[in-house]
Amino acid sequence: MDHTTVSENKQLIIPKKFIQVFVLTIVLLIISVLASLAFGSRTVGWNELMDGLFHPDVQSHGANVVRQRIARTIFCLMCGGALGVSGALMQSVTRNPIADPSILGVNTGAALFVVSGITFFHISTAGQYIWFALVGAIITAIFVFGIGSMGSGGATPLKLVLAGAATSAALSSLVMAIMIPRSNVMDQFRFWQVGSVGAGNWSSISIFIPFLVVGLVIALFSAPALNALALGDEAAKGLGVRTGTLRLVAAFGGVLLCGATTALAGPIGFIGLLATHLVRLVIGPDLRYIIPMSALAGAVILTISDVCGRMLGSPGELEVGVVTAFIGAPILILITMKAKMRTL
Amino acid sequence: MNESMNLIIAGRTKRRRRFILVTILLAIIAFALCCSMLMLGNTIYPVSDVINVLLGEKVRGASFAVGTIRFPRMVAGVFAGFAFGISGHVFQTMLRNPLANPNVIGITAGSSAAAVFCIIVLHASNAFVSLASIIGGLATVLVIFLLSKGTSFSIGRLILIGIGIQAMLDAVVSYLLLIGQHHDVPTAMRWLSGSLNGSKMENLYPLMITVLILTPVIISFGRRLDMLELGEQMATSLGINTNKTRLMLIISSVLIIALATATTGPIAFVAFLAGPIAKRLVGVGFSTLIPAGLVGIILVLASDLIGQFAFVARYPVGVITGILGAPYLILLLIRMNRKAEL
Repeated sequence: MDHTTVSENKQLIIPKKFIQVFVLTIVLLIISVLASLAFGSRTVGWNELMDGLFHPDVQSHGANVVRQRIARTIFCLMCGGALGVSGALMQSVTRNPIADPSILGVNTGAALFVVSGITFFHISTAGQYIWFALVGAIITAIFVFGIGSMGSGGATPLKLVLAGAATSAALSSLVMAIMIPRSNVMDQFRFWQVGSVGAGNWSSISIFIPFLVVGLVIALFSAPALNALALGDEAAKGLGVRTGTLRLVAAFGGVLLCGATTALAGPIGFIGLLATHLVRLVIGPDLRYIIPMSALAGAVILTISDVCGRMLGSPGELEVGVVTAFIGAPILILITMKAKMRTL
Repeated sequence: MNESMNLIIAGRTKRRRRFILVTILLAIIAFALCCSMLMLGNTIYPVSDVINVLLGEKVRGASFAVGTIRFPRMVAGVFAGFAFGISGHVFQTMLRNPLANPNVIGITAGSSAAAVFCIIVLHASNAFVSLASIIGGLATVLVIFLLSKGTSFSIGRLILIGIGIQAMLDAVVSYLLLIGQHHDVPTAMRWLSGSLNGSKMENLYPLMITVLILTPVIISFGRRLDMLELGEQMATSLGINTNKTRLMLIISSVLIIALATATTGPIAFVAFLAGPIAKRLVGVGFSTLIPAGLVGIILVLASDLIGQFAFVARYPVGVITGILGAPYLILLLIRMNRKAEL
């Protein structure tokens, strides 16, 4: 009897607002998925869309186009979700509003390792890219956090961003140095470097799934402790959180998610920043809600960006990395303009 | 009293001597590098041949290699290096922060985005490209400064906003390079990291003229620049119209840097490295603008020589300056963080 009241209470704790926002986001998600399936260099009508999705025996051209787009759309949703959660994790681990893999130079680290892999170890499949990218991302993240958190005041946004920009610059010079004598590597790399979900297919999805699951599990389990961390290190320790271990695990989850995405889709910037800030603005600071909502918001934003890129760049496509830079960088600027200098 | 006066004067004379000595030394090194740029290559020509070619005589083989290929390359390196060096130093001094250079705050990205757009999308002429890159650079500066104005000016905000703008412009450049017709790798390299390859005399005139006209302007404001370095209030109380000085300096350095970017692409880190190196060599008390320009020349020419001849493959100059400059930037950051200057 007691047991049920407790669980009922728990049910009540979930804020009404969260449910509303959740439903709204799901609706947006469905709309963006349908848009992603329907729009492109050839726009598909409703009937053909339904044929493509639910009637595998219908063989019209439109239905086949839709089936082609299914893998890309799923891949896009996964990338967006991973980047959203990764942003939320990184921001709360560093207690820093602008931590995003692209700003922190983690993407360039992944890029350097992928290029080295292509050049020196002759890797060529997504399954091999992903391990190199992960190692690169982890090493770069440690390096950038290390530099950024030196001195008094810990890792302020300014210090982290500068450390990230400097590291990015250094690493991209190395990338260039490796690539220039080898035009075949350059060609392979140039398309990867822009950041696009166009390469998404069933095999990249199946490679991605384990990384996504591990990252999401880490994120969801560390959320309550990260809430405590938001109160400050001292307070978190007082509440019985092992802050060192927590930071390590959560940061690992964040880097895992963004490293895997970068390996498969190329560097896509600003989704983590954008999704997490939007979500926090709407539902408040509780990470237990922010993390799942960031995943949804990231998926919606990336899918819509991808659709926009396909519409704007028609008959080709505008790579999604370009679109997200244009939506996301203004957000960075807005955050900076609003922030009090003390906190920078 | 008298003795201490003498000490001060002696110190000043010593510093002046050091300033002059360092400047002359830098000029000699720069000149030597120019000569080796002209002499070295697949075929090494003796000094006499090079001089003959420069005097307009026809020398078999050398006329083409030295006159048509190496000479424009050298001139491009000299003017671009000087431009990046001097204007980078202006920004660093004016904003009182070694990190505030045109690369970090996104000005070169504005110029290269405009230039790449004109070349790939509009197929524009050289003059138009130069003009567009100036407008691109100036517009970027304007946007960054307006956005970072806020309640009070702060260098941190300026840098962060600059990085945001840069992210957008970089996205434009990489997209434009991707849709560019025949994936022209050398062109792409020029716009990604700066290169002297394929410099032609007729493309260099806008840069040369601007540098020659604006360098005296920058130097004449240079004295006030040193006072700006003392801080806003101090400079005002010394009788300087800080806003006007700042505006003039910003416009001239952006013009110079935009044209240099339009000509050679954004050669990484030269603008960032030249000022601090020159300052360390010259010491305090004298305007370091000219030495910074000379250091810029030396960095570009030396890196270009390294890129051409030190390895099996030929690297564009921007890759070499990037590899040399980035570790310094990271060291600088570590030092600034330790001293809690950020």
